[in-house]
Amino acid sequence: MTRHFNPSRRDLLTGGGALIVSFSLAGEAAAQQAAQRPLSIAEVDAYLAIDVRGRVTLYSGKVDLGTGVRTALAQIAAEELDVPFNMVRVVEGDTALTPDQGTTWGSLSIQAGGMQIRNAAATARAELIERAARRLRVQADTLTVSGGVIRAGDRRVSYGELVGGRMFSLKLDPAKPAKFKDPKDYKIVGKPIARVDIPDKVRGRFPYINNLRLRGMLHGRVIRPPSVGARLESVDEGSIKDVAGIVQVVREGNFLGVVAQTEWGAIKGARQLKASWSKWEGLPEQAKLFEHVRATKVFRDETTGNVGNTAEAMAKDGVRKLAATYEFPIHTHGSTGPSCAVAEFRDGKLTSWSASQATHSLRRQLAEMFKMPVDDVRCIYLEGSGCYGRNGHEDAAADAAMLAKAVGRPVRVQWSRADEHGWDPKGPPTLIDLRAAIDGSGTVTAWESEFFIPQQTDKSFFVPLIPATLAGLPAKPDIAPGNIFHNSNIPYRFANVKAVCHRLESTPFRPSWIRTPGRMQNTYANECFLDELAAAANADPIEFRLKYLDPADKRGIEALNRVAALAKWEKRPSPQRGAGGNVAKGRGVSYVKYELARTYVAVVAEVEVDRAAGAIKVSKVYMAHDCGQIVNPDGLRNQLDGNVIQMVSRTLIEELKFDRSHVTSLDWESYPVIRFPDVPEIVIDLIDRPNAPPWGAGEPAAAVVPSAISNAVFDAIGVRLRSVPYTPEKVKAAMRSGA
Amino acid sequence: MAERRTLNVNGRSRTITVDDPDMPLLLALRENLGLNGPLFGCGLAQCGACTVHVDGKPVRSCVLPLSKVAPAQKVVTIEGLSQGSRLHPVQRAFVEEQAVQCGYCINGMIMQSAAFLAGNKNPSEADIRKALAGNICRCGTHTRIVRAVKRAAGQA
Ligand code: FES
Ligand code: FES
Repeated sequence: MTRHFNPSRRDLLTGGGALIVSFSLAGEAAAQQAAQRPLSIAEVDAYLAIDVRGRVTLYSGKVDLGTGVRTALAQIAAEELDVPFNMVRVVEGDTALTPDQGTTWGSLSIQAGGMQIRNAAATARAELIERAARRLRVQADTLTVSGGVIRAGDRRVSYGELVGGRMFSLKLDPAKPAKFKDPKDYKIVGKPIARVDIPDKVRGRFPYINNLRLRGMLHGRVIRPPSVGARLESVDEGSIKDVAGIVQVVREGNFLGVVAQTEWGAIKGARQLKASWSKWEGLPEQAKLFEHVRATKVFRDETTGNVGNTAEAMAKDGVRKLAATYEFPIHTHGSTGPSCAVAEFRDGKLTSWSASQATHSLRRQLAEMFKMPVDDVRCIYLEGSGCYGRNGHEDAAADAAMLAKAVGRPVRVQWSRADEHGWDPKGPPTLIDLRAAIDGSGTVTAWESEFFIPQQTDKSFFVPLIPATLAGLPAKPDIAPGNIFHNSNIPYRFANVKAVCHRLESTPFRPSWIRTPGRMQNTYANECFLDELAAAANADPIEFRLKYLDPADKRGIEALNRVAALAKWEKRPSPQRGAGGNVAKGRGVSYVKYELARTYVAVVAEVEVDRAAGAIKVSKVYMAHDCGQIVNPDGLRNQLDGNVIQMVSRTLIEELKFDRSHVTSLDWESYPVIRFPDVPEIVIDLIDRPNAPPWGAGEPAAAVVPSAISNAVFDAIGVRLRSVPYTPEKVKAAMRSGA
Repeated sequence: MAERRTLNVNGRSRTITVDDPDMPLLLALRENLGLNGPLFGCGLAQCGACTVHVDGKPVRSCVLPLSKVAPAQKVVTIEGLSQGSRLHPVQRAFVEEQAVQCGYCINGMIMQSAAFLAGNKNPSEADIRKALAGNICRCGTHTRIVRAVKRAAGQA
């Protein structure tokens, strides 16, 4: 099972020689990162290493969460170095080996991490060419490179030969970025290279974290409180006397776990263990969730858009005023596999294996929790079930560490389905008020928006670890929902705009980021309300958007025009006229410029609404997508499909259920997700810009889906849905009230 | 307490020692036999991640107690689907269509489809969707999975 372990640096650099490129973390991307994340400390330099056989190893702080990033990063390095793709391998997310490139999130792995690797590769290539020129006694610019071999006429020297038996290292100089290859010469980047992980995944032999077994390892399960804030009053250890293989019941404060010789022993022990807990009913009533959100104390207001004077514009005589409130519910990540982790304490040092998307952050949190020096904690990433944000992986890692510490042996913790659905951090509920004014000519004169979203303590991205909280161990009680203010402001140029985020003091469940945090909810409300304005102005929804986009923003305009062509969009206002019959068809558009700074996505959704049943079927989704340079078009399409399908699910059916004590949607029956028969057909137009920087992809595509669906339903039946999920009950209620 | 049980897994008779015959087959495969292909997703027969074949039928091994598996019943896991290095046509089709994201559901998708295609040589897309309706993929790989199953149809 050694393949589970990340090799030591020495193993990687066999043969005694290597060219190593370290990222100087004073580089531009790192500086940006540091600005966003004051706690970022560079513990390990990033490396790209070329060994004496010409093999390339990338050390990536960004990890592959099942998105194909591993393959894409290897493509970037192989291309820039001119080595065959299969000569590159990637070591990911090991705090002892890989640099702190920040959390794998925000669709930034290629945009930020990939560019660091491109720079390192280009630097290495330039150095090798210099050395080859000296060795072959020719001018560097007369040399050609291919397949890791540098040639001058019929003389040649390979990278491996140049590395020879020596170690030498290069530092990236941020002031002198390396010269990149001309994209017109690309042979690997831009090609649909098959993903490196898929063969093992289809054979059932991929080294998921769930499959890691260490020598002497025990199995643990946690027993969570029956209500979020309950106190553990007593434990009856005798209640599991008859369970074979129990090693220890671990109790610390309100943290409770069972360790056993076998996994089945741990499962049975956890099920059977009798414990009594105090009563706690501190959650809001689910039916009044959004009243609760509105009534939550505001910690701070953040103005994200401010143009002109909306109050004055709204007060003008003769303007037509519109107002609407949008709601987006609490969602769970719902990873297909519940979180799992393994931990071992040895000689006072902790090694933690998990599928954490942020091993460097996890390391700091674990060190804090156990009052250990950060240097004594090593966190190693092993791929798990897809997480779509910060799910329970880190908490499971802390659970495993708690248990491993207590029993003095390596412990694997596998969460149950109910642990995952009940205790992963949640996407917080989002409430959005919108108001606008339209003048007599149909021009929007004012736009006001208010977003009721949780605060982010001290710009923290540390989601408190459950066992630390339960056991009363040192942990900051941070609220870390991610950068959810993004896309609260709009890309449309109205004369008067005001966008304000009311950052709330609290939110009912421990929040974190779930695919497209904030940007999606905010875009949802903005793009739906924009559609309301288009309808009020009796305008075609695409034309209406184009009218207000900045004419200089050509890429956004192109995305909208291309999706219109792709969907054979018929120019007319919504709703459609004279649609009779029980099943009404409609189409809706939505658009985002991600974070108002990068990736453009325009989408058209086609829906069928069964009036009698109130059921919505999303039959087709068309998308025009511009993320600049495309590294792997097939991998990109895979991600776009995934984001669309998951968002259709979240929009139509998903909603966390809870009572006053705890989550009650603890399985796939009470928290249903989309099934095969309901998956739409997806048609994508990729806009490739080989000469532009590669921007993030994935999350931006999710941002536009709920609004496109809502707008399509309005087009079909003339009814505006403003509260996700669009369950049949809500659809029928909206039809009755004729909203 | 401990007892020995015999299973026929991937064409071989295997004897294991367990504490409890109510232990699910999934754990016997993973923990006792080191077959990591079937994965734990829910333990509730709701997602399909743990699917194996028992006498050719797709079965959710997370809820099947060992005591219900007779020594003569043929258990096949995804590891036993391929013949040596030769992939089963469904596995091959999943590679060709790159029908994987995180892959956690893929064991179930492949095992479910392989059993389905064994009895349906020429299914429509709607048939395939129906056959997989009980399998959850949170990554949203559905479109590609359907294409892969379609590609494998007739070869499986
Ligand atoms: S793990 Fe068996 S069906 Fe989910
Ligand atoms: S590929 Fe991740 S759950 Fe299906």
